[in-house]
Amino acid sequence: MDGDIYRMIRNLPNRIALIVVILALALWIDLSSEINITNPLTDLPMFSRNVAPRLGLDLQGGLQVLLEADLPENAQIDAAQMEIARNIVQQRTDALGVNENVIQIAGERRIVGEFPGLEDTESVLETIQQTGLLEFVDTGDFSPEPGTILTTDYNPSGEPVVAAEGELVFRTVMTGAELSSVTVTPDTLGTSYIISFVLKSDGAKVFAEHTAANIGKFLTIVLDKQVISSPVINDAIIGGEGSISGGFTAESANAFAVQLRYGSLPVPLKIVETRIIGPTLGADSLNKSLTAGLIGMVIVVLFMIIYYRLPGIVAVISIFIYAAIAFAIFKWFHFTLTLPGIAGFMLSTGTALDSNILIFERMKEELRSGRSLIQAMDLGWSRAWSSIRDSNLAAIITSVILFWFGSTFGATIVKGFSLTLALGVLISLFTAIYVTRTLLAVTLKTFKPKNFERWFGL
Amino acid sequence: MDILGKRYYFFALSLVFIVTGLVLLAINGVPLSIDFTGGSMLEIRFDDATTPDTADILAIYENAGIDDAQVTTTEIDSLIIRSSFLTNEVRDEVLTNLQSTSGTTISVIRFDSVGPSIGEQVTQRAAIAIAVASILVVLFIIWSFRKVDNAFRYGVCAILAMLHDIAIIFSITGIGAYFFNWQVDSLFLTALLTVIGFSMQDTIVVFDRIRENSNIFRRLEYEKLVNHSIMQTLQRSINTQLMTVEFLLLALALFGGVTLQEFAIILLVGLLSGTYSSIFVAAPILVLWEKREWQTWFGRKAEA
Repeated sequence: MDGDIYRMIRNLPNRIALIVVILALALWIDLSSEINITNPLTDLPMFSRNVAPRLGLDLQGGLQVLLEADLPENAQIDAAQMEIARNIVQQRTDALGVNENVIQIAGERRIVGEFPGLEDTESVLETIQQTGLLEFVDTGDFSPEPGTILTTDYNPSGEPVVAAEGELVFRTVMTGAELSSVTVTPDTLGTSYIISFVLKSDGAKVFAEHTAANIGKFLTIVLDKQVISSPVINDAIIGGEGSISGGFTAESANAFAVQLRYGSLPVPLKIVETRIIGPTLGADSLNKSLTAGLIGMVIVVLFMIIYYRLPGIVAVISIFIYAAIAFAIFKWFHFTLTLPGIAGFMLSTGTALDSNILIFERMKEELRSGRSLIQAMDLGWSRAWSSIRDSNLAAIITSVILFWFGSTFGATIVKGFSLTLALGVLISLFTAIYVTRTLLAVTLKTFKPKNFERWFGL
Repeated sequence: MDILGKRYYFFALSLVFIVTGLVLLAINGVPLSIDFTGGSMLEIRFDDATTPDTADILAIYENAGIDDAQVTTTEIDSLIIRSSFLTNEVRDEVLTNLQSTSGTTISVIRFDSVGPSIGEQVTQRAAIAIAVASILVVLFIIWSFRKVDNAFRYGVCAILAMLHDIAIIFSITGIGAYFFNWQVDSLFLTALLTVIGFSMQDTIVVFDRIRENSNIFRRLEYEKLVNHSIMQTLQRSINTQLMTVEFLLLALALFGGVTLQEFAIILLVGLLSGTYSSIFVAAPILVLWEKREWQTWFGRKAEA
């Protein structure tokens, strides 16, 4: 690394320019809630990105639910099915008009749903657990293939269904709401399986009338307007208990039964954890952490300047740039800031400060042993570098493992903490290598301090 | 200053602190919150100051089929009701009944309801994640110190220092639980992770100086070399400690709220321990290992 410093000093204008550009970009993102770039020639928007800060539930209040597959502990759960279930939950809750809800898969059998700023929790919980719309449709002599989309005359809102021209509208005999239980049993021969169902009293009456009048016709079972099966009516089903047969294997019968029971969710879900943070508690935590962060920052700034003098000022500027970049990245990538996330960020701020302290302590050592300013700066940096590199790498290794753990297991606390820690450490490496060094060189070149005692607090 | 010469005093100091806390923890049992044991916690505030009697609240819970509710009041005039796991239906029922009994509006400050199996699994996996991370860091240190004799020892000593800090955290939690009814909740996990991260970084900085010095002072006796390295990094240790701790302490002690104060104190002690253990645990164990001092522990001392 010897001699490196001279090359760096020759390059100073370029380095300063780069820092200014990065800082300007960071501040632009930090201070706006939306980034818009307009094409100057056409005046049309070219690029737009929402960079409003996202606050976690603990800082703004809201609802978090952890859903778990309602299946035996050892059951194999297909990842693709979980993804479908996640999508369905997302769609259902999106329809509620909740802002910025996040639905994520956590591990093999869990889904985390977060609804920031939400106060009416009941509607969300109901929506998540609601079943899809299951209909028994009279299709007459027509037996549609599974997967076909049918238009039916049933509309939950009660408004009449208007059919497009040339489109058939089928009559819905009854909906899945009339099902009271669904079970799977082997048939009498034991070679295949049948699905037995019990209807509620209203449904039983309707069903009895319909089946009695339509023997030999098809009764198509439709889920969210999509055909899942189209059995033929063999007998009138009186008394509300019926069965569906048709060469089901144990597996296909169970899958069908799950659809009947839970609607369109391919994996039945139950709520295993609910957390509600009231808006006052969230706002309180946010205010207190902002105040506290500010006071902490002032103390750090005073300490650094009093103790390290000229380099201290450089460190303060460098930490400010570090914070501006970090905050801009958090906003750009829509990270949600939570209390554990802030703890991780504070730890990485400590790391960024530590890098500066390590460099300055080494510089002071070299100055004490009689080296010139330039030499001291060069050696101070190159000798502190190995400890900065290794300690930061260890922190990154730790946070990567914790992040992996947090995201595979839905431990949002661990995830938030490790993500901000890892990013903070990476950014602090950049500011230590690039920003602190450059600014230090500029300052020393401009001021040419002679009195080390006064300017460095030797 | 000869820090290493007094290493057994420092070991004793750590041991006394750790044992005290862990004994209290053993007597008291680990005070796990519902984050780990499962259960529910409902914190509510009544808009008019007409808080119903505890007995009324318990009766409402019992009507809903929950007979293990416990009611506590907080500093901000809210009520915390802890009980076994509440489904959302039961919670709604309880809230409606509380509302009609008290005759005022109730605002829910927070509600946590955790199924029994979740917390246990999270703890297990967190422990595995920390173990995996530790092993990787040991391997990284061994690789990074490969040009120094016995690189393996540096990795092991860094982990011993980390374990020391974890033990200190559990100890302070045990003391807090005994005297102030602290509970181990998910914020505790955050504090633990922060301290683990800090502990490793801090130890590596001290070890880095030993690594550098062992190339410069090849003839110097190992104990003197390590002691010299500690003294050289001491100013940095103190300043960084002031920075990070001062920063975190002020930021978090000011949060108010009993749970967050608890978090701040655990962090404070843990981070102090992170710096302490690099100097007074990790480095001395390196020397102890070099000299194979355990051979003299139980027999007669070689040279008194």
